[in-house]
Amino acid sequence: MPKIEMRVNGKPISVETEAETLLVHFLRDRLGLTGTHVGCDTGQCGACTVHLNGEAVKSCTMFAVQAHGAEITTIEGLAKNGKLHPMQEAFREHHALQCGFCTPGMIMAAVDIVRRKPNADEKTIRQELEGNICRCTGYHNIVKAIASAAAGMGARS
Amino acid sequence: MYTKPFSYHRPKSLEDAVALFGKSSDPRYLAGGQTLIPTMKQRLAAPSDLIDLGGLSALAFIRKSADMLMIGAGTRHAAVATSADVKSAIPALAYLAEGIGDPAVRHRGTIGGSLANNDPAADYPAAVLGLGATVKTTKRSIAADEFFTGMFETALQDGEIVTEIAFPIPEKAGYAKFPNPASRYAMVGVFVAKVKTGVRVAVTGAGPCVFRVPQMEAALAKDFSDGAIANIKVAADDLNSDLHGSREYRAHLVTVMARRAVAGA
Repeated sequence: MPKIEMRVNGKPISVETEAETLLVHFLRDRLGLTGTHVGCDTGQCGACTVHLNGEAVKSCTMFAVQAHGAEITTIEGLAKNGKLHPMQEAFREHHALQCGFCTPGMIMAAVDIVRRKPNADEKTIRQELEGNICRCTGYHNIVKAIASAAAGMGARS
Repeated sequence: MYTKPFSYHRPKSLEDAVALFGKSSDPRYLAGGQTLIPTMKQRLAAPSDLIDLGGLSALAFIRKSADMLMIGAGTRHAAVATSADVKSAIPALAYLAEGIGDPAVRHRGTIGGSLANNDPAADYPAAVLGLGATVKTTKRSIAADEFFTGMFETALQDGEIVTEIAFPIPEKAGYAKFPNPASRYAMVGVFVAKVKTGVRVAVTGAGPCVFRVPQMEAALAKDFSDGAIANIKVAADDLNSDLHGSREYRAHLVTVMARRAVAGA
């Protein structure tokens, strides 16, 4: 079996895994990081979004072996010292979730949007969320939360 | 497991990759995986060996000369979309890359992978054919007009790897697509370019393979305005027809998208 070495939420991992293991299953089943969800399983819904070297990717459309040498961040890695990430805080503040299933992927995508487009307006945020599907909220509060977090994250840096 | 078991290889060089390909019974190269992995999950593909080109950093580059833009085959869509060189040399190409899939797909998918796959509704084939680019491989250079040979078919031979795409920098170029509302693949996408050799018009999404529209090219060579092609229709006979749209609808969209591409160039 191929050996993979990576850092997940800052922690070094060195294990053997079947080549055909998808990254999302590796994270959930091997590492117990079940915050990353499997929704559509076809790369369209975005519930499995994680960061690979700081960039949002769909972990259901990657084999774990492809992440060899990479730095992975999952939803579990965002909060620091018990304090929510500003994006998590904004989602809570703006009630940007109902059932919560899409939320981990939404938040990982949202952090990536603000990294790339810190001044994104509402229209841009909506376009950028193209790869993340929410069946409950109608997106309105998600967009509000991201805009608010972007303002907050910008002000802090 | 979703996919059938396979042997995974992480070659250190293109030579290693080609050698591994020659030694395997039913190998596939893996680039960004945004098409191949879903295809394998559906078991429409079940290679014996996956040869991962993702670690070959020499394939990821963007370089500009006076009249050419060279993009390494391993360059991700997001890198093309945000490159200052691409934006200044061929803004229509950066715009096209920014419209592929969604942000997460653009972080993984590569231009070489897209071209080697030649999906009938992919965006990049329209730019490569529309600009008359040259596809460089581990064996040779292939002109865009010779590269795309049919649905999911290219001139690539077994084991041959796309390494670089050389785009002539056009005087003007534009791209317009009507995306499928669900998949974001092109129902119809038209790339129009005014290059040294004349005007080129390439259509993706409408037919089984990207194709040119000589009538529009001739009209635009005389008058590069959207009005010049307003009455030129492509024949619907050979176009795709599915639950998303009839061939007549796609034929109509070709003219609409071509006009928008010209107007935006």
